Amino acid sequence: MDTVSDYVVEVEGLGRRFKRTVALEGFSLKIPRGGVFGLVGENGAGKTTLIKHLLGLYKAEQGTVRVFGLDPVQEPEKVLGGIGYLSEDRDLPGWMKVKELMRYTAAFYPKWDPEYAEKLRQVFELDPKAKLRTLSRGQLAKAGLLAALAHRPDLLLLDEPSSGLDPVVRREILSAIIRTVADEGRTVLFSSHLLDEVERVADRVAMIHQGKLVLDAPMEEIKDTHHRMTIRYTNGQTAKPDFPGMLSCQGRGNEWTIVFQGNVNAAKEHLGNGIEILQVESPSLEEIFVARVGRSISIEED
Amino acid sequence: MHLHISPAEGKPIYRQIVDQVKYLIAAGRLQAGEELPPIRVLAEELLINPNTVARAYRELEVAGLLSKRQGAGTYVSGGGSPLAHQERLRIITERIDALLVEARQMDIPTEELMELIQTREKLLNEP
Repeated sequence: MDTVSDYVVEVEGLGRRFKRTVALEGFSLKIPRGGVFGLVGENGAGKTTLIKHLLGLYKAEQGTVRVFGLDPVQEPEKVLGGIGYLSEDRDLPGWMKVKELMRYTAAFYPKWDPEYAEKLRQVFELDPKAKLRTLSRGQLAKAGLLAALAHRPDLLLLDEPSSGLDPVVRREILSAIIRTVADEGRTVLFSSHLLDEVERVADRVAMIHQGKLVLDAPMEEIKDTHHRMTIRYTNGQTAKPDFPGMLSCQGRGNEWTIVFQGNVNAAKEHLGNGIEILQVESPSLEEIFVARVGRSISIEED
Repeated sequence: MHLHISPAEGKPIYRQIVDQVKYLIAAGRLQAGEELPPIRVLAEELLINPNTVARAYRELEVAGLLSKRQGAGTYVSGGGSPLAHQERLRIITERIDALLVEARQMDIPTEELMELIQTREKLLNEP
């Protein structure tokens, strides 16, 4: 049996509907302790719904949700005390000044570290006297991140942390994520539709599409088992190739580019003798996602 | 040491680091005895997971290109010239393979390609 310490999050058979829309269906996921867990999917795929269940903001209609081995709805204080959360819409009180936000947040968390908070404020170049309402999007994201980080949470939940931000602020946020795991061996759950960022920082990736889990594996394994292969028929054949493990296929006539999961030699055998392999390469996480989900992830913001 | 990481390239990130460090050593831009940045520092600089840097360093150590000194960081191995030579050959072999494939796709026979290489070399040698 798994002990509590192996997984910070255990979701089993979670289902959720909003009126007639299915937001999550039969969703099971375990997040191991330590490292960066990337949750990727399009807007509306169910990422935020999942995160709100972890925070106990939604009660599971079907299935179970456990964070640190506890039910977040039953024991919100214990669960929330160990979580640092940055929401996508950064719902911070606009009338507060940065230093007031720090004092206010500190009151909720016994483990709040004032020195660390002050260090983060300086690194993020936030003016303590500035009102939150006057901050830029990037500064607001950093203020939210400060509030989420300064009690050194066991689990840092970042919901689309870099959405709508310029590259400089994105860099700062990624670098904060990296420092968090490197410093303290904590767990970060990072939801994003920017697969480039996820590929940089995640140890493990879960892909979610239309409320269902499409793939959940260590990044290394995903990269090792997915291939992009360009083939050419040498026997005059022109039919679209098809074999087990094939995720997508583009091309025409005698030349096709295939993204598949599996072994290159096995794929070769399936395709038979009448082909020449022109190229085998590693696809990016973005390409793998597109191949699995059948379309490109939406890049537009808001 | 300047490395450039591009997830869009598809090549696993640890592999991008391994290849670039090998290239820098082969090209003499990283010298024997030179210290590499600590894992955390490089991870933050490149904005990548520290485990990825650790994996790349491990692989370079196994290949004999880097060595760890007890509690004192990671260094380019001394006497790396035979390995560096191998690495230079590997890099140039990759380029040759790419050239051969392209030549084949353009229907240029290997003999003609060889002649072309010699002609080009003469031209390069002229002042």
